[in-house]
Amino acid sequence: MTKRILIVDDEPNIVVSLEFLMKREGYEVAVAGDGEAALRAVEERMPDLVLLDIMLPKKNGFEVCQTLRANPQWQSMKIVMLTAKGRDTEVAKGTALGADAYMTKPFSTKDLIAQVRQLLGLS
Amino acid sequence: MNRPNLTGQRLVAVFLFGCVMFNYPLIALFNKTGKVFEIPLLYFYIFTVWAMLIGLMAWAIERRED
Amino acid sequence: MLQGWVIASVSFAYLGVLFAIAYYGDKRADAGRSLIDNPTIYALSLAVYCTTWTFYGSVGRAASTGIGFLPIYLGPTLMAGLWWFVMLKIIRISKANRITSIADFVSSRYGKSQLLGGLVTVIAVIGIIPYISLQLKAVSNSFTILLHYPDIVMPAKAAAQPLLQDSALYIAMILAAFTILFGTRHLDATERHEGMVAAIAFESVVKLLAFLAVGIFVTYGIFSGFGDIFSRVESVPKLKSLMTVADTGASYGSWWSLTFLSMLSIMFLPRQFQIAVVENVNERHLARATWLFPLYLLIINIFVLPIAVGGLLHFPDGNVDADTFVLTLPMVERQEVLALFVFIGGLSAATGMVIVETIALSTMVCNDLVMPVLLRWKSLRLQEQQDLSGLLLSIRRWAIALILLLGYVYFRAAGEAYALVGIGLISFAAVAQFAPAIIGGIYWKNGTRQGAVAGLLAGFAVWVYTLLLPSFAKSGWLSLDFIKEGLFGMALLRPQQLFGLTGLDEISHSLFWSMLANIGCYVVISLRVQPSVAETGQGTLFVDVFKRTAGTEGSRFWRGSAQVQELLPLISRFLGPERARAAFLAYARRRGLASADALEANPDLVHFAENLLAGAIGGASARVMVASVVKEEPLGIDEVMNILDEASQVRAYSRQIEQKSHELEKATSELRAANERLKELDRMKDDFMSTVTHELRTPLTSIRAFSEILRDDPKIDLLERKKFLAIIVREAERLTRLINQVLDLAKIESGNAEWHTADIDLHEVIEESAAATSSLFSDKRIGLHMALSGNVPTVRADRDRLIQVMLNLLSNAVKFCEAERGRVRVALSVEGGEVRVDVEDNGTGISEADQRTIFEKFRQVGDTMTAKPQGTGLGLPISRQIIEHFGGRLWVSSDLGKGATFSFTLPLNGSGAERREERT
Repeated sequence: MTKRILIVDDEPNIVVSLEFLMKREGYEVAVAGDGEAALRAVEERMPDLVLLDIMLPKKNGFEVCQTLRANPQWQSMKIVMLTAKGRDTEVAKGTALGADAYMTKPFSTKDLIAQVRQLLGLS
Repeated sequence: MNRPNLTGQRLVAVFLFGCVMFNYPLIALFNKTGKVFEIPLLYFYIFTVWAMLIGLMAWAIERRED
Repeated sequence: MLQGWVIASVSFAYLGVLFAIAYYGDKRADAGRSLIDNPTIYALSLAVYCTTWTFYGSVGRAASTGIGFLPIYLGPTLMAGLWWFVMLKIIRISKANRITSIADFVSSRYGKSQLLGGLVTVIAVIGIIPYISLQLKAVSNSFTILLHYPDIVMPAKAAAQPLLQDSALYIAMILAAFTILFGTRHLDATERHEGMVAAIAFESVVKLLAFLAVGIFVTYGIFSGFGDIFSRVESVPKLKSLMTVADTGASYGSWWSLTFLSMLSIMFLPRQFQIAVVENVNERHLARATWLFPLYLLIINIFVLPIAVGGLLHFPDGNVDADTFVLTLPMVERQEVLALFVFIGGLSAATGMVIVETIALSTMVCNDLVMPVLLRWKSLRLQEQQDLSGLLLSIRRWAIALILLLGYVYFRAAGEAYALVGIGLISFAAVAQFAPAIIGGIYWKNGTRQGAVAGLLAGFAVWVYTLLLPSFAKSGWLSLDFIKEGLFGMALLRPQQLFGLTGLDEISHSLFWSMLANIGCYVVISLRVQPSVAETGQGTLFVDVFKRTAGTEGSRFWRGSAQVQELLPLISRFLGPERARAAFLAYARRRGLASADALEANPDLVHFAENLLAGAIGGASARVMVASVVKEEPLGIDEVMNILDEASQVRAYSRQIEQKSHELEKATSELRAANERLKELDRMKDDFMSTVTHELRTPLTSIRAFSEILRDDPKIDLLERKKFLAIIVREAERLTRLINQVLDLAKIESGNAEWHTADIDLHEVIEESAAATSSLFSDKRIGLHMALSGNVPTVRADRDRLIQVMLNLLSNAVKFCEAERGRVRVALSVEGGEVRVDVEDNGTGISEADQRTIFEKFRQVGDTMTAKPQGTGLGLPISRQIIEHFGGRLWVSSDLGKGATFSFTLPLNGSGAERREERT
C-alpha cells in the first residue's frame, strides 16, 4: 500500500520541492499551507507521515504537533519537523512535543529521503 | 517604651479636653460665688476636673499593653 | 523656745540623711543595681518643680489672688498629656546623642553650634540666678522666723544685717558645698547623678508630707474642716473675692497665659530638663510619671487655699507676710515640732531646687561656655596637660560656687525688692524662650542654626526689656521714668505696654511679645537661610529619632575612622585614664572582643568615642576634639586648638562625604540603567539575528533542494527542469535582496550610510518611481492615479533614497490590491512648512494592531495561505529610517477592508536635513 505524506509549509517553492521529492519516492502527497489546514487535512485522512514546518501562519508547528499527539488515534503517525531556526532549544522543544525527527533548513534531500524512509519502516 | 498608637492619642485627647475645661468660656460658667459640698464652686470645679484629668491619664497609660 | 543650735543641728542631720541616701544611691549605681530605676522615684524626682516658691509662695499668692496660684500647676498637668510624644522624643534624642544639658541639646540640634550652646547657657544663668536667690531668701527667712519661736517676728531686711551674721550667706555656702559633693564627685560620661536623684525624690516626699501636715493641722486642728473655713469666708468681703477670679477678659487671658507659661517651664527649666531627660534611667518611667507627677501637684495644692484663708483669718491686721503662713500658723498655735517639720519641708524644697538647678547650670557653664573658651586659649597650654578630667571637675565646682555666690549677691542686693518677689514667673518666661528652638528642632527639619540664634536673641531681648528691666526699675535700681514714659520718652516703647498693648498683666504681655519675636525670627530666618550639612545631619537625627535603630545614629552623617590608640588617649585626657579604659573595654566586650585593642578602626568606634566625650564636654566641643584624631594625617593638638572655630573642617569634610555619596549613588543608578538598556539591546539583537537567520535559510532551502534534485535526477523533463531553475534564480534574487536590505538597514542604523543630499524635486521622484513600477501595475491591471500639486518647492534629501521609499510604498500598494479592481492614488501637496506625499490604495487594508507592527523589522501582513507577500519585511522599516533621517515622518492610516494610505512628510526648506547632517 502506498504511504501517504502530508507536507505542511507556507513557502510555495519549498512545497514544490518537497512534493516533487516525495512523489518521486512513490508516496501519495497532500499539501497544507498553514497550521489549521494541516489539522483539517489530518482529520480528513490520516497520513503516515507529516513534514511539518514550524513558522506557520494561524497555528505554528509546535501547536500542530501538540494537537496531533494529543489524539490517541494518531499515535502511529510519524512527524518530522522542519525549521529554518536552528536553535538547540527549538530542537529540544520539538522532540519534547512528540516529533519523531527534526531537520534544519536547508536540508540535504538525500538525508530527508532517508529519514522519511526509515520512519516509515521501508529501509 | 512601646508606643501603641492609641495610648498617645488618648493622652493628647486628655490634653485637649483639659485645655478646654480650664479655659474661657467653660471656666466662666463656674466663676460664681456659691458652694458645692461646702466648698467654693470654682475651687471645687477646678480640683474635680484636675482629678478627672489625672484619672483619665492614669487610665490611658496603665491599660496599655506593653 | 527653739534654740538656734537645735534648728541648725536638725537641719544638718537632715542634710546628712540626704547625703547618706545619695551616697547609697551612687554605690548602688556603681554596683549596677540602680536605686532610681523605678518609675515612682522618677515621678517624685520630677517634683523638684515644687520649690519654696510653691512651699511658701503658693499660700502667699493664694492670699492675694485666690485661685490665681493654680495655673502654675495646671499647666504641667496638661503638658503631661503631651509627654508621651514630646518628652519621649526629647529623651530618646538625648540618650542617642548623650545630651548633658538643655544648652547641649539646642547646640547639638543645630549642627553642634558652640554659639547656640553659649547663648542658651547665658539666658539660663541670667534667668535662673534670681530664682536661686529666692530659695536662699526663703530658707533664711524661715530660719529667722523660727528662731524667734513662739513670737511671730518678721525678718528684718536682709541688707540690714551685717554680712557675717546673715544666715543666707551660710546657707549659700553650705548648699554650695553640698552640691559640689553631690554633683561633682566624679566625671561621668553620661553626666548622670543617681544618688542625687534618689535624694531629690526623698526630698519631694518630705516637702509633701510637711505641707500636708500643716494643711491638715490648719484645716482640722485650728478650724473644723473645709466647710468651716469656707463658711467663715462668707462674712469677710475681702476674702470672698478670693473664691472667684475677676470676671474680665484680661483675667481669663492671664489665667491661660500662666497655664501656657508653666506648660513650657515644666519642659524647659534647666532643672526639669536635668531630672526628666538627663537623669532619666529608662524611658518607660515616663509613663507612670505622666499621671503620678500631676497627682503630686494636685495633692500638694489641696490645702493651699485653706491655709491662706486660715492665715488671713488668723492674722487679720496684715502684719504677717502671707508667704510665711505655712510656718507661722503652727508657731502661733505653739506646735513646736510641726513648725520644725515645716522648716525642714521648706529646706527640702529649697535644697532640691538649688542642687539640681546648680548642677544643671554648672554643666552648661562648663561645657558650653568655659571649655570652648579654654580650648581656644593658647596661653593656658592645655595641650601640655595629660589629664584634663581634674580640670573639668574643678571648672564645674567653681561654677557651682560662683552660681550660688551670684545667687547670694542678688539676694543681698534685691532683698525685699520686687525683683526678687516676682522672680518665679520672670524665670519661667526666660526659659520659655527655649521652646521654639527645641520644639521646632525636634519636629521641623528645616529649623536652622541662624534661625534659632535669631529667635533666642530676639525673645531674650524682649524678655529683658519687658520684664527684667521693669523689675529692676520697680526695685528702685533704675529710674521708673522709663516704664512710665517709655525708652527715650517714646510712649510706644513703654516696656509694659509695648506698642500700646494694654489690658494684659506684665507676664502675659511679655510672653506674647517675646514669643512673637522669638518664633517669628526662628521661622522666618530658618526659611530664608540654607542650613549647613552639619545642621541638616543633626536635624534629621533629631526629627527622625524614632525611625533610626539604636547604634547607627550619627555615624551616618559623620564618617571617619581612627585607631583605638588614637582615640583612647584623647578620651583619657578628659575622663581620666581609668574611666576611659573601662568604657572602651565595655564597648569592646559588647562587641564580643576580649580587649579594647582588638577594636577595629571604623566610624562606629569614632561615634562611640565622640558620644563618650560629649558626655563630659558637650557635643560641640567633643566633635572638634574627636575630629582632631580622625583625620587621615593626625593633627597635633596644637593645630586643633587653632582651628576650633565652629568646627569648620568637620563641616567641609562631612559635606565632601555627602557629595561623594551622592555622586556614587548617581553613578550606580546610571550604570543600572545602562545595563538595562544593554540587556534590552541584546535581547532585540538576538531576536533580529534569529529572524534574519530564518529569512536567509528559507530561500536557501528551496535553492538547495532544487539544485540537488536537478543534480541527482538527469531524467527530469525539460519543462520541469526550466521551472525548477527559474525557482532557483528567483530565490537567489530574493536572497540577494534580503542581504542588501539587511546591510542597508544596518548601515542606516549605525549611521554609516552614505547620503547624497541635494535639492530634490518630488514630482520627478514620484514620476520616476511610477515608471519603474509600471509593469507591476499593468501585470495586475491596477490603475495608478496621480494628484500632484503644481507648485511644490524642492526639498533637501537623497534622490535615490527617496525613490527607494516610493518604490517600496508603490509595490506594497500593488501587492495588497486585488487584480483589475485595484486602484492606487498618489498625492503630493504642501502643508504648513512640509511637503506631504500620500500613497492610497483600495486593497485589503491593515488592522490597527498590524499598523503598529508593520514598521518593525520582518513584520509582514497578509494571509499567506492565499499569497505569501513578496518582500523581506524590511522595506517599511528602511523607508521610515530614510524619511526620519531627513527630518520627516512616515505613517499609515487604514481601515481593515477599505484600503490603506501610507503618508510621509519632509520639511520644505531642508532645515531638518541640514540639522541631521551636522549631527552625523
